[in-house]
Amino acid sequence: MAIAREAEPVGSLSEVRDVGLDRDDLLGMYRNMLLTRGIEERGHILYKQGKIPGSFYTGRGNEAAAVAIGTAMGPDDVGTPLHRDMGVHVVRGLEPWRVLAQYMGRVDGPARGRDGNVHMGESRLGLIAMVSHLPAMLPVAVGCALAFRIRDERRVAVGWFGEGASSRGDTHESMNFAGTRRLPVVFVCDNNQWAYSTPTHLEYAAEHVADRAQAYGFEGVVVDGTDVLAVYREAKRAIEKARAGGGPTLIECVTLRMEGHAVHDDAFYVPRELFEEWAKRDPIDRFRAWLRDNVSLTDEEEDEIGAEIKHVLSDAMRRAEESPLPDPATLTDGVYAEPDELYLPHH
Amino acid sequence: MPELTYLQAISDALRGEMRRDQRVFVIGEDVGVYGGAFKVTLGFQEEFGPWRVIDAPLAETAIVGGCTGAALMGMRPVAEMQFSDFVSCAWDQLVTVAAKQHYRAGTPVPIVVRLPSGGGFSGGPFHSQNPESSFAHVPGLKCVCPATPADAKGLLISAIEDPNPVLFFEHKHLYRRIKGDVPEERYTVPIGKARVHREGDDVSVVTWGAMVYTASEAAVALERDGVSVEIIDLRSVVPWDRQTVLESVRKTSKVLVLHEDTHTGGFGAEIAATVAEEAFEDLDAPVRRLAAPDCPVPFSPPLEKAFIPQVEDVERVLRELAEY
Repeated sequence: MAIAREAEPVGSLSEVRDVGLDRDDLLGMYRNMLLTRGIEERGHILYKQGKIPGSFYTGRGNEAAAVAIGTAMGPDDVGTPLHRDMGVHVVRGLEPWRVLAQYMGRVDGPARGRDGNVHMGESRLGLIAMVSHLPAMLPVAVGCALAFRIRDERRVAVGWFGEGASSRGDTHESMNFAGTRRLPVVFVCDNNQWAYSTPTHLEYAAEHVADRAQAYGFEGVVVDGTDVLAVYREAKRAIEKARAGGGPTLIECVTLRMEGHAVHDDAFYVPRELFEEWAKRDPIDRFRAWLRDNVSLTDEEEDEIGAEIKHVLSDAMRRAEESPLPDPATLTDGVYAEPDELYLPHH
Repeated sequence: MPELTYLQAISDALRGEMRRDQRVFVIGEDVGVYGGAFKVTLGFQEEFGPWRVIDAPLAETAIVGGCTGAALMGMRPVAEMQFSDFVSCAWDQLVTVAAKQHYRAGTPVPIVVRLPSGGGFSGGPFHSQNPESSFAHVPGLKCVCPATPADAKGLLISAIEDPNPVLFFEHKHLYRRIKGDVPEERYTVPIGKARVHREGDDVSVVTWGAMVYTASEAAVALERDGVSVEIIDLRSVVPWDRQTVLESVRKTSKVLVLHEDTHTGGFGAEIAATVAEEAFEDLDAPVRRLAAPDCPVPFSPPLEKAFIPQVEDVERVLRELAEY
């Protein structure tokens, strides 16, 4: 028995115009989805070459949801994206070469080698670096929204969590607190159906994670996470609602995690039919088809976008490999912040 | 100079900072309408309004995590845990997020968490603990434990100014029992500097919090017997003032580390190890530790009295040291 609203797919161009996207915006989103996938594919190659220590995670299959939400955020909004949300970093402007440097533990990665994989943020881009304990960043996102509310600023915080992480108390405390105070925060559940090897029916008994929103006093909506335009529409609506003082929304983006939990995991526990079914719903293929049908995306334009991305990625590989490894002499630097540190909040 | 209770000094510091700096706000359970379980924030919501004195739901993770997020956005949050014991509910936010954010992401997390700690009034296992050593062990956090009203005010102001997460352990058994001169103006007590509470030549006691007063009473008794006891009030547990402690040890050659927290792994162990490593040649006796035994804080008065180091216990160990 579902409680959350189930979002309609986006069909026509006029619906797209209604949410304020023009053709350039649409091609930009397409490009960002391709770049997101490209970064992760290049990273995977580097990992297989032994150039990336530790483990390697991708958000393959989540490119639409991540890019859509990143695109719907305003310039002064902030977010706490997770390891399946590379698209958010791409949209907000984190340079691809620095992402690859981050993976390889080089000093030009946002974490300067102190943390790895997608544990990165950049305060000038309004992005806060995640931790491994999920969803410990959700109370932090709520705290950002609290600051905006105290200062009466028209800014919004976006907090992400997976359907697995939704089982932890942090999710409950965050949404409950945000609901009581109608804080300007949007909660995004990346529901890719598997938390490592744990399927959704072992994570929660409700029909949708988004059903819980009602219990916290706000709206929950479930959306097809492979439909970039539907996610954009829901995200834009929720973000602007929060900005206008309407309080939180919980958006559950349903996708399938197309690779293992990390690349060491072959995901043997996922039925092959599920992979086959969702491969047909690949978010990039799907959006390409829509663009061809609805805004006459041409072969030339595709080639141009493809060439640009290829160039960006080769350049990124080169620059990342040139970035130095950190000096062990700096090991204990920065455990504490100094009083005279120029601390510039995003605004 | 006005004489304030330890509690009044804390309120005074907090009120002053809130008047001076719009970024400072208070959040915790019952801090607004009720004025705080111990009335530290009595009158605050009337003065500063409900969005700077926030009555949070019963949710320590949301409270502390919320402070971290607000701090990253430029605020200076001061969270109140109703009892220090409840900070365990916010453990993950402090240890996983707040403590490590600056190291790995370069962004300071200027939060203060106030913790009414300590026992001596039949609070039982969950309303009496002194959890400073757990957090002392986590790189990225700071822990302060004032014993006097003047230090409580100065250290709270320093904690609020500090760009790092600071755990402020206020010993609740001192709230109304201890009075002292507190300068009216705004001042800071540096984090990481100890204070010589009492000068002496024969034995050093290194301690903090309510135990400073227990040590004082024991020192008076020993004075009558011709033993001169020096008391170092550490004031900060992380960072702690090695230099002042080692200077005292060099002077007296005998040291007792005293704390109300339990024995094994209590912060006294760190001090004892450091003294042994760095002042071995100056010692004329083994480094002694006196702390609560390794059990939860008991409720019934005879049990609690046996748990918390008493004046007689401190006297006994000091005499043993003096006679060594």
